[in-house]
Amino acid sequence: MDQDTKDLINNEITNNEVCLFMKGTPDAPQCGFSMAVSNMLKILEVNYKGINVLENQSLREGIKEFSDWPTIPQIYIKGEFVGGCDIIKEMYENGELKKILEDKAINYKK
Amino acid sequence: MAMDLKEIETLIKEALPDAVIEIQDLAGDGNHYSATVTSSNFSGKSKIEQHKMVYNSLKGKMGNELHALAIKTKEQ
Repeated sequence: MDQDTKDLINNEITNNEVCLFMKGTPDAPQCGFSMAVSNMLKILEVNYKGINVLENQSLREGIKEFSDWPTIPQIYIKGEFVGGCDIIKEMYENGELKKILEDKAINYKK
Repeated sequence: MAMDLKEIETLIKEALPDAVIEIQDLAGDGNHYSATVTSSNFSGKSKIEQHKMVYNSLKGKMGNELHALAIKTKEQ
């Protein structure tokens, strides 16, 4: 991964409390898994930044290396990698997602 | 770009010999699977670590030959 890509990722996860690296945008997701995570955040009314990896090939590959995670979407909360679609879905269903938002002092619909 | 269900099972088994694995071909196209993996090796590990163990067992095929594999891990 080149330094620019690394800096870009670091900037995004530092400057946005909740970051979703996804295929497409929150309004027009291009993949079912990205849409699923995006929708869960919308339902919880979490203010998040969606970053479209399809617009940047080096970011698309770089984020996989950065997180040591082979798939997209990927969610970061306060700079910490929390998971991909399966993990977020499980956490959404069992209430752990709300708990982590609570613990990290992120606003969401209670 | 497709992968056989048996091949996925074999790779996971190699890495996690005690695993009980249930795989479903979701779309019938050899490209969209879901796997539930139960193993004692997951105990004490975070969900991220557990999923990484499954991804690692697939030796880089995830995201390449294998387009979509929904993973659920359970501790035995």
